[in-house]
Amino acid sequence: MNDDAAILLVNGQPREVRADPGTALLYVLRNHLGLKGTRFGCGLGLCGACLVLVDGQAAYSCDTPLWSVAGKQVTTIEGLGTPDRPHPVTAALIDGQAAQCGYCLSGISVAAAELLARDDDPSDADVRAALDRNLCRCGAHNRIVRAVLAAAARLRAGREGSGQPPASHESAS
Amino acid sequence: MTTPLPPSLAANPRLSAWLRVAPDGVIELRPGKVELGQGVLTALAQVAAEELDVGLDRIRAIPVTTGISPNEGYTAGSLSIQHSAAALRLACAQARAGYLAKAAAKLAAPPGDLTVADGVFRAPDGRRVSYWDLADDALLDQDATGEQPPKPASAYRLVGTNVPRLDLPAKLTGQPRYAHDLAFDGLCYGRVVRPPSRGATLTSLASDGVAAVRALPGVLAVVRDGGFLGVVAEGEETALRAAERLRQAASWSASATLPDEDDLPGFLVTAQAETTVLAEHGHPPAGTSATGARSATYHRPYLAHASMGPSTATARYDTSDISDISGTSGTSGTSHDGALHVWSHTQGPYLLRAELARALGLPPDHVTVTHAEGAGCYGHNGADDVALDAALLAMAVPGRPVQVVWSRADELGWAPFGASGVVRVAADVDPEGNILHWRHEIWGNGHSTRGGSVRSVALLGASHRESGSAIDPAAEPPLVHGGGAGRNAVPYYDFPAWKVVNHRLLEMPLRVSALRSLGAFLNVFAAESFLDELAAAAGQDPVAYRLARLSDPRARAVIEAAARRAGWAARAPDGESAGRGIAFARYKNTSAYCAVVAEVDAVSEIRVRRLTIAVDAGLVINPDGAANQIEGGAVQAVSWALKERVRFDRHTVTSDSWETYPILRFSEVPAVDVELLPGAGNPSLGVGETAAGPTAAAIGNAVFDALGVRVRTLPLSPENVLAALPD
Repeated sequence: MNDDAAILLVNGQPREVRADPGTALLYVLRNHLGLKGTRFGCGLGLCGACLVLVDGQAAYSCDTPLWSVAGKQVTTIEGLGTPDRPHPVTAALIDGQAAQCGYCLSGISVAAAELLARDDDPSDADVRAALDRNLCRCGAHNRIVRAVLAAAARLRAGREGSGQPPASHESAS
Repeated sequence: MTTPLPPSLAANPRLSAWLRVAPDGVIELRPGKVELGQGVLTALAQVAAEELDVGLDRIRAIPVTTGISPNEGYTAGSLSIQHSAAALRLACAQARAGYLAKAAAKLAAPPGDLTVADGVFRAPDGRRVSYWDLADDALLDQDATGEQPPKPASAYRLVGTNVPRLDLPAKLTGQPRYAHDLAFDGLCYGRVVRPPSRGATLTSLASDGVAAVRALPGVLAVVRDGGFLGVVAEGEETALRAAERLRQAASWSASATLPDEDDLPGFLVTAQAETTVLAEHGHPPAGTSATGARSATYHRPYLAHASMGPSTATARYDTSDISDISGTSGTSGTSHDGALHVWSHTQGPYLLRAELARALGLPPDHVTVTHAEGAGCYGHNGADDVALDAALLAMAVPGRPVQVVWSRADELGWAPFGASGVVRVAADVDPEGNILHWRHEIWGNGHSTRGGSVRSVALLGASHRESGSAIDPAAEPPLVHGGGAGRNAVPYYDFPAWKVVNHRLLEMPLRVSALRSLGAFLNVFAAESFLDELAAAAGQDPVAYRLARLSDPRARAVIEAAARRAGWAARAPDGESAGRGIAFARYKNTSAYCAVVAEVDAVSEIRVRRLTIAVDAGLVINPDGAANQIEGGAVQAVSWALKERVRFDRHTVTSDSWETYPILRFSEVPAVDVELLPGAGNPSLGVGETAAGPTAAAIGNAVFDALGVRVRTLPLSPENVLAALPD
C-alpha cells in the first residue's frame, strides 16, 4: 500500500490527497476532502448515486480509482452550485419538490447537469434515457423528469435573454 | 369542552417534552416521529406553526433522542399524521394559551383582545410582546389537559397548503444531512463479515489470516463473537480491505435451510403453521341459492426494501474503566459502567434502545439512541441491525465513534424481506353475479419481527453471536391494530357473509418483517383481482360491479373520481395489446381510501403507461406532500408488481445486486396522476401505503383486459405471463 500524493481539481480548487492510488474517488471525496454530498449506493457502478463529473463527463466515483483522476477536473454536487446560487437543476428540483428521501439526487443532479450541458432542449424521453443509469427507490421519477425539463427551459430562456445562441440542436418536438 | 388526549399525548403528557420556546426566535419542536424521507417533519412543523401562530421558519424540529424526546414508538403504519399531528395540535394549542395569558398579563389587556401573528401578541393599542420575550420553560412544565380547543379548520392558514419540504434544500445541495455523513472527531470505520449462507456456522478462523488483518496499517480491532465477525479501522477503505481479508480467513460449514424457490407457493401452503380465523361474518348460503362456487389462488414472492442508501449507524461506547475492555479480541467483557450512544436511521429510537440494551446486557438508561436521517425507509429494514453491528464494534474501541455502512450485497441479502405469501379467494355467487359468501385464506409468514413483536432479540448480529439465538418467526399483530398478513383481507364490500383465515408459518427460512403496506399488498391484489374475475364472469363492468357492492360514500367517491378522471366511461378503442383495470381499497379498512385505474401495454413485456389515482385522506396537511407520497408509493408498487422477486438457492439469497434484483427505471415509470378528494371535515388519514395494493391489482386487471388472461403470480414478468397463457 502506497500513500502517494495526488493532485486533483475538485470543484475548481486544486486539492492534494494522500491515499493509496487505488482508493475509490468516492472515499477520497467523502472522507479525505469532507465532501459528503456524493453518496455511496452500491460500490459497483450500478445505481448512479455516486456520479460526479470528471472533465465534464459523468463518472461513477465508487469505481473510479484515485490515480485515474490525477490532474483532472472533478465536479461534485457541491460544485454544481451553492445553497445561495444553486444549479438550475437543483433549483428546479427544489421548486418541484422532486424528491422524497433525496439520497439518489446528488447523482441524478450530476447526470442531469451533464445532459443539459450538451442538450438544453431535451424531450421527456431524452431525460428518461439520460437518467436510466440512476436508480430512485422512492418513486420521485416523474417529478425529477419535470424538474430537469423546467431547468432546461430556464437555461434556454437565460441564453435567449443574454443573446447567446442555444448550445444544442433544435428539438424536433 | 375537553378533547380526549390522542394516544401519543396521553403517553407523553408533559408539554415541555414536545416543544420549547427558545430565546433566539425559534420554537424547538420535538416530535417523537422521525423523518424517513416522507416529509413528516415538514407536515408536523406546519401543524405546530398553525396552532402557535408563528411563521413556519420559526420551527426547528429536533431529531428524536431517547430520554429527551417523547416516545412515539415506531414511525410506521401511515400513522404519523394521525398520531403525532394530533398530539402536537393539542400540545401547541395549550402552549399558545399559556403564553397568551402571560402576554395579556404583561400588556395588561384581556387575552381575548390580543391578536397573534408570527409569534407576536399585540394589544389593541399597538403594544406588543412575543413568545421569545416571554420565553419561560416553566410555563410548559405542565401536563396536557385537552381543555384548550385547537383552531377550527376554517381558521387554518398553513395547514392545507403546499409548504415546501424543510429538509430538501440541504439534501439537494449536497450538505451533510444523512446518517452516512456524520463526521465526529475521531471517527473510525467498521465493517462486518456476514456468513456466506443462512445456515452457516463459523468452523474456524485462520490465526495467521487474522494476524495479517491486524497487521494492516490502520486496523484498530478485529472482533469475533461466535459467528459475528467484524473489523474496525481508521480509514473506510482500510476497513473494507480488512473485512475482505477477514472473510478469506474464515471457514464456515453450510447447510441447506431454504425452500425450493421454484415451488415457493408449495412450501408456503405445506409448512407448519398456526391457523386462525381472523374474521367471520354472516353465514354461508344454505345450498341452493348459489349456482357457482369459484376460487383462485394468488402469490407474491419475497420483496426487498432496496433503499438507495445502505443501512448505516455510528456508535460510541464510553466506559469509566477503559482498561477493562481495551483488548481487541472480543466484546464478551462488557462493562455495566459503560454508556453507549448510537446514531441511527431507525423507525423506533426507543424500541431500538430496548433491543440494544437486551442484546448487550446494558441497563436501558446506559443506552442513548439519536435519530439521524437515512435514505428512504419503507419499513423494517437493516437500520436496527446495523446499529447493533456498530455497537458491537464500538465496544472494541471504547471512546471512538465507529461508523458502519452495509454493503449493497448485505443490504439486498440480509435485511429483513417483505414476506412472501399465498392467498386463495373463493366465493359463492348467485346467477345474477351476486356474491353470497366470500372466503379469503392466507398462507405465509407474519409481517413483523420488529423489536417488541418477537420474544428473541430482533437484531441480525445478535443471532450470529456465540450467545445468540435465531430470530423468532414473525408475529401477526391483531386486526384492530391493522393486522399484518391479514391487513385488508377482510372485505370492505357489502358482502352478506365472509370468512378470513390466516395460516401463520411457524418457521421462517428467510427473515421477514414489515415492508410498506405489509399483507395489504397481496390481499388487495388477490381480492381485487378476484372481484374482477367475478365481474367478468357476470358480464358486468368492473366499476359498476364494485359500486353496486359498496355503500360507504367515501369509497364510492374515490372509485367514481378515478374512473371519471381516467375517462373510464368514454373508453377509446384500445390497441390490441392495450388494457386498463381498476382497483380499490381502504388501507387497513380504517385509513385512507384509494382507487387506481391502470393502463398497460402488453407486448413482449407488461408496461404500465399511466396510473390515475383518487384518494380521500380526510384533512390533508400538505397536499403536494401527500401527492408526492401517493405517487411514490404507486411507482414503488409498479416496480414490485412488474419486476421484483428475491432470488435464492437452498443456501442463501442470490439476488444481492442491482443486476440480480432489478427495480423500475426512469424509462419504465408510468405517468401518475393523483387527485386528492376534499377533506370534508374528516380527520387526517395517512397516505404513504394507501396506493400499494390497489396499484398492483389495477395492473393485474389491466393485463387481463389486454390479454384475456389472469396472471395470479407476482411479479407480472414475461415468464409469469407466459406461464399463465393457455397452452
